Parts: sequence; C-alpha cells; structure tokens
Amino acid sequence: MTMKLSIRDLDMTFETEGGEPLNVIEGIDLDVAANEFVAIVGTSGCGKSTLLSIVGGLTEPTAGQVSIDGQPVTGPGRDRGFVFQNYSLFEWMTVERNIDFALEKSKISKSDRRDLVAYYIAKVGLSGFEKALPKQLSGGMRQRVAIARALVYKPSVLLMDEPFGALDAQTRGMMQELLLKVWDEHKATVLFVTHDVEEALFLADRVVVMASRPGRVKSDITVGFERPRSYEVVTEPEFGKLKREVLQDIREETMKMMAGAGS
Amino acid sequence: MTSRRKPLLRLRAPIPRRLHVGAGIAFPLILLVAWWWVTASGMVRPLFLPSPQAIVMEAWRQIETGILWRDATVSIYRIGAGWLAATVLAVPIGILMGNFRLVEGTLEPLISTVRYMPVVALIPLSILWAGIGDTQKILILFIGTFFQQVLMIMNNTKSVDMTLIRAGQTLGFSNAEILWRIVLPASMPAIWDTLRITMGWTWTYLVVAELVAAQDGLGRRIMDAQRYLATHTIIFGTIFIGLLGLVTDYLFKLGGRKMFGWSEGQR
Repeated sequence: MTMKLSIRDLDMTFETEGGEPLNVIEGIDLDVAANEFVAIVGTSGCGKSTLLSIVGGLTEPTAGQVSIDGQPVTGPGRDRGFVFQNYSLFEWMTVERNIDFALEKSKISKSDRRDLVAYYIAKVGLSGFEKALPKQLSGGMRQRVAIARALVYKPSVLLMDEPFGALDAQTRGMMQELLLKVWDEHKATVLFVTHDVEEALFLADRVVVMASRPGRVKSDITVGFERPRSYEVVTEPEFGKLKREVLQDIREETMKMMAGAGS
Repeated sequence: MTSRRKPLLRLRAPIPRRLHVGAGIAFPLILLVAWWWVTASGMVRPLFLPSPQAIVMEAWRQIETGILWRDATVSIYRIGAGWLAATVLAVPIGILMGNFRLVEGTLEPLISTVRYMPVVALIPLSILWAGIGDTQKILILFIGTFFQQVLMIMNNTKSVDMTLIRAGQTLGFSNAEILWRIVLPASMPAIWDTLRITMGWTWTYLVVAELVAAQDGLGRRIMDAQRYLATHTIIFGTIFIGLLGLVTDYLFKLGGRKMFGWSEGQR
C-alpha cells in the first residue's frame, strides 16, 4: 500500500551562531495513511515544528525525503494546507476576504468561490462575521478563520502547528471539537503538532512522541477510540492509560535534556 | 454625591481629552505672553528678540506683498518633489532590502555610510551636477530624505510576521505576489508613519536646500534676512515653516487613521 504521506531518513542540521552544527532532526521515518489524523508531541525544541515546516515545503531538509502520494516534496504546494499558532491572518482583509484569498490560485468561477467561502464560514461557525476585521475577533474566532482558509481550497494534507496553543483552556476544548467535526465531514490527512498530550489523544488516530536533540521518533502510539468522539472520551480509563504512557515517554526525554544541559 | 478627584500624574493613566488639548494650547500661549513681556518691558533689544507684534506685522507685510504666497508655493513644490522622488525609490528598495538578505547585504553598508554624510557638504557637488535651478534644491532634499527613509522602510517591512509570508507561500503565491500583496499592505501603517516622519525631516532640510543660488523660497527669505539682521523676518519664517510642517503632519495622521483602521496599532 502506498502511503499518503511518507517521510524517509529525514535529517535537518542548522548552523548555530557560533558556527557549530545543530542536529535538529535525525533519521526520521514516518508513514501516514490517507485521511489519518496523526498528532506529534514532544518537549520544546525537539524539532516537531521543523518537521512540519519541512513537510509543508517551507524548510528544506539537509537530507532525506518527504513524499505525498509518492511525489517528492520540493516546496510549498496547494496539496497541503497550513495552520499556524499565531493566527497569521491578513489584518487588512475582512474574514470573507481572508478566506477568499486562499482561492485566488484556484481555477474556479467567481460564484463558486463565493459559495465555497460562505460554506466554510458557516462550517467554522462564523456566519454573521463575514465583514468583520481580524482585530474585532477573539483568538478562537481568528483561528477558526485560519482553519477555514486552510481548508477552503481542499488540500488533501492539513498541517497544524500548535494551532490552539495560544487559546485559553475552554476555547481550546471547543476548537478541538469543532476541528473533529469539520474533519469528520471533510476528510484530510492531518499532521497536528502540539505539546498538549490530552489534545493529541483526543484528536488523533496515532500519537507520535518525538525524542529531543536530535529529534527522532521515540514512540508511535495508536489511539483506538471510536469516532465521532465526544469530549467524554477523556474520562475513560483507556484514555488515562495512554496519557500515562505518552507522558512517561516525554518525561524521559525531558530528563535526558536536563541531564545533558547539566553536564 | 462625592466625586473622587483623579490624580493627573499617575504613570500612563489617561487624562480628560479637554485637558490634554487645553494644555497643548495653553503652554505656547504662556510662552507667547512671556515673550511679549520681555520685549515690552525693554529687557531685550528688538535686534535680538523682536516683539510678537513685530512678527505679526512682518507676516502681514509678506501676505500683502504676495511674497509669502510665492515663497510658500516654491518651497512646497521643492519639498513635495524631493520627498516624492525619495519615497518612490525608497519604498520598493526598502521592501527588497527587508526581504531579500542579498539585497540588504549589498546596499545596507553603502546606504548607512551615505546617511551620515553631512548634506550641507554636498551643496557644492549638487550645484556642479544639477546646476543652480530647482533641480539642485530638489536633489538636496532628496539626499537628505532618501537615505534615512530607505533604512526605516526596510525595518518596517522586516517587522511583518514571518508566518504571514509562510501563509502566502502555502497558498501558492510567488515571491513578487507575497511582497506586493502581503508584505506591502501588512507594513503599510508603519511605512506611512515613516513617510510622515521623514516628511518632517525634508522640511528641516529646506533652509539647507535654499542656502545657495536661490531667488525665492521660505528658506531663502530667512537666509536673506540674516544679511540685514532682520530678526523679525527670521523668526516669522521659522515659525511659518514649523506651522506648515505641523499641518502636513496632521494631514498624514488623518490619512493614516482613514486608511489603516484595520491595524491593531491604530486608534
């Protein structure tokens, strides 16, 4: 079976200010099936955002390859949608224009464009805010615009870099449920970077824990809760067991980092 | 009913708007009265500091004879042309410098050096190159403005959040499209502010620009007055340039508020 997204022998080395090479990612192999939801967790600085950026074609790896549907990734492309942590909305455009902007490179008619924009605005629950400016919206609403913008041109892969990291706990929970609802209806392959273990387990089919310095895949845990999921899943004993497992893996890495920093 | 008095000197605390505006008007008025008093009492000789009335008379004389109108139009034309020429070049070059490291590396050392060269010292060269007409004045104003402007605009565009650029890339836009449709509009409020500030600098270079080989202009009038020790003409000319600068500044702020209401920083 060919995988939707496949990452092979990926290495990423940065040059530090002192001129010393810094191994951010070393030998990552990862396969993601079509319409699979994979969350990537790890300590800060483990290279998870860099990995996402490489898959997005925004950063060029030092070695190795990322392919989508068997085609090697050489740069950003409209087969992938990206949602960033800090909203990244175009402040001078209304909600509607922000989302429509993503369709400029699509070869579809004006009326189809209008319909799609209206459809996704409704989908993320922003009807009535079409003409609002980003500065008039709350953090959660802004991120809903960003999600709509990343989905409206129907990329088959959705890359999300701590999209809810800046939101308060209540809003975050609601956004997670909203994301699952949208994703259930419009399947896409998702790579979701987060440092919130509960968020990862609630959303994903698989949770990949990354080891730090250099970033590698430490463990790959299957999350089998049936879908559609409701938020009560977090209270199940199995959820607690998985959470303990993931936390244990992350903790090991954190300890290693601290020991390394001390020497 | 008890009303609690709000302390006026709390750090960064807001004060009533009427007080804010009133203080700004009252302070110059107090200075004006002090000025009138030191001249009327004969404490200072008019050669060193003429009375406010003498300034008003001078203003009236210049208006009546049409000198003021002629000087002002000539100077505003020179300033407008010099500033516009600088802006037309500085905006695109600044954007390129702020977003392509190669362009920055190529131009920044040179521009930073030129920026420190005294504009007055370039007057002889400017005459040699551009003659003694308006072009030379405009050239001086251009030099005084451009090199500051381009570095500030470079920094304005650099402060555009990288994720906006990345968002543009993931949506399939080319470099040129990202600069034109994302970076430029995103940094436009900051660039507009730079244009406002640098317009003020262009005004301050006016006297320098009209120092040599000028027949008219607000700056020229001041330099001429120096020869005859016409202190009242000097002071009136200086105040008038200040007022014109203030008006341009206000127009810029008004335009900015109209155009960039979307920006978080705009109120």
